[in-house]
Amino acid sequence: MSEIFVIVEHRLGETRDITFEMLWKAGELAEKLSHTVTAIILGHEVNSLAENISDRADKIIVFDDERLKNFNADIHKEIIYGLIEESKPALTLIGNTSWGMELAPCLSVKTNLPLATDCIDIMPKDDTIIAQRQMFSGKIFANVSFAESQGCLLTIRSGVFPKDKIGDRKAEIIQKDYPFTDMAVKKSFVEFVETAAGDVDITQADLLVSVGRGIGEEENISLIKEFAEALGGVVSCSRPIVDKNWLPKYLQVGTSGKTVSPKVYIAVGISGAFQHMAGASGAGTIIAVNKDPKAPIFRTADYGIVDDLFKIVPVLKDKILEVRKG
Amino acid sequence: MDIVVCVKRVPLTEEVDLVIDDQKKGIKKDQLAFVLNDWDNYAIEEAIILKEKYGGQVTAVTVGSEDDEEVLRRSLAMGADRAIRVEAGDISRFDSIGISKILARVVKDLPHDLVFTGVLADDDNGGVVGMMMAEELQLNHACMITAIEIEDGKARTTSELEGGLGEVSLVELPALMTIQTGINEPRYVSILGIRKAAKKELKIMNLADLGLSDEELSPKTIVEEVYLPPETEGAQMLSGDPDTIASDFIEILTKKGVME
Ligand SMILES: Cc1cc2nc3c(=O)[nH]c(=O)nc-3n(C[C@H](O)[C@H](O)[C@H](O)COP(=O)(O)OP(=O)(O)OC[C@H]3O[C@@H](n4cnc5c(N)ncnc54)[C@H](O)[C@@H]3O)c2cc1C
Ligand SMILES: Nc1ncnc2c1ncn2[C@@H]1O[C@H](COP(=O)(O)O)[C@@H](O)[C@H]1O
Repeated sequence: MSEIFVIVEHRLGETRDITFEMLWKAGELAEKLSHTVTAIILGHEVNSLAENISDRADKIIVFDDERLKNFNADIHKEIIYGLIEESKPALTLIGNTSWGMELAPCLSVKTNLPLATDCIDIMPKDDTIIAQRQMFSGKIFANVSFAESQGCLLTIRSGVFPKDKIGDRKAEIIQKDYPFTDMAVKKSFVEFVETAAGDVDITQADLLVSVGRGIGEEENISLIKEFAEALGGVVSCSRPIVDKNWLPKYLQVGTSGKTVSPKVYIAVGISGAFQHMAGASGAGTIIAVNKDPKAPIFRTADYGIVDDLFKIVPVLKDKILEVRKG
Repeated sequence: MDIVVCVKRVPLTEEVDLVIDDQKKGIKKDQLAFVLNDWDNYAIEEAIILKEKYGGQVTAVTVGSEDDEEVLRRSLAMGADRAIRVEAGDISRFDSIGISKILARVVKDLPHDLVFTGVLADDDNGGVVGMMMAEELQLNHACMITAIEIEDGKARTTSELEGGLGEVSLVELPALMTIQTGINEPRYVSILGIRKAAKKELKIMNLADLGLSDEELSPKTIVEEVYLPPETEGAQMLSGDPDTIASDFIEILTKKGVME
């Protein structure tokens, strides 16, 4: 019997969803593999967070210290390294989030444990596990195994596992002291900054017409604006459109943009990368227009139109205007 | 401000039917077009912007084959001063730790105030090589950078978090950073520019030059099998002539209550 470590992610006093998702998967694996679940919380004034998950883990290790108020990958790495050395967990789960993507690779080198990132499933196989992940932006799937070692690290994609409780656990909460007396901190937190709000709020729209890199040139965006206007909808976009400064950041849908929940989401020239679709998952209905029949977006959309957007969008627009005129 | 930028050449996979290779360990690449990894394009641009401001040298490094020199020449044309390719044979036998060890060995012997990688490579989607190098080299680090300013020996960086939130930090130099798309507007590179840059130094090293052996680089994370995405129900396709598609489209909108 061994432990499964789950590194709790929290921000501004709130446990992030990825934590519950990892605890769900850890709980499921623990049942199958006869392991126990150990949650690890580093932060300041985090006792309520521990209480909050106490029925989802067998053990919760808490480091509560002023010096852990802000996330710092190096301090996290050193503390978690110590815990891994001590307990030799079979698996350590970390969120594949901005913070997790900084922490996990450093921890892998430091602990000499293999790492698989952005996993979408973990499957027990014989005595070990297989991690499922994607390559080529979701066009290829891969099953990954680990060379023999004292455990492995996995980062978990947000949103792939349920947030529900699994099984019934009663955690023993163990408080630990900040273990270092003088750790030189080479990176210091300054502040959080938020994306400036704009004149439209895409999270409130019933109908979004979202444009992606398939639009090709900046001047073609007007086609999408006219289309949205004909439909009485609001324009939103994928990240590359914002990266190129063709539309403002507050119109971006996705993990690093906004999460939207319109009745209908029309995605035009968007491939359907997970980071984009995560932001559109609350949509009632998704209609995708893409000229590539193999585009991953057709796997998650409700309706699809395989065509060149420059051919089909003007036809759709004209038809709408015609119907509206009556 | 001496800056090393790690760049990778990746295949374009849009509108192609990807074919799994016979060993089921990767995809067949002979029919694919290749480009500079999008994130690395931003990383090179950022390095050149900083060099233009503060002076110093920009070195582009790749671990790859002769064909991969294309991305080095592109980097040189954008304004990098020199380039290094590590010839290591078929790099698919390494995992990300292996690649990061090779790159770390190269960087170690180069002057570096900053080391940049992309956040992610568009082929393996690992998102790890940068931070693994930082740990190998014991460098200070920051991830997913969308803004950098230099103020007396420190970098003031903005890291992208989720939901449009950014985290501003002060990082002591030297440091390694993973660069996120959108941080700048990468300059245009002409064929002529690439030809002109052919005069710049492009050095080739091998594993022995770096004092590395295959044993030290044996993978710990092993790809057992790759496969096409499992069939799902997928979208219901609207087909027929454009007029039929348009009528069906309007019917859906009406049914879903967004068309009076
Ligand atoms: C940490 C991180 C955070 C991220 N956050 C976000 C985020 O919040 N939001 C986001 O969107 N992305 C995000 N991304 C980027 C994401 O991974 C993808 O790169 C991005 O979503 C791709 O955008 P796209 O679909 O518009 O472009 P592409 O992937 O380039 O797709 C363009 C599509 O258009 C189609 N097309 C081309 N021409 C035509 C035509 N004439 N007619 C019809 N179709 C055409 C193509 O077939 C293709 O499928 C993030 C990435 C990382 C690493
Ligand atoms: N073979 C390589 N040669 C040079 N740089 C690389 C190589 N592989 C990965 N990188 C760098 O590491 C970043 C992240 O790659 P990855 O961890 O594979 O997703 C890329 O954007 C590159 O900057």
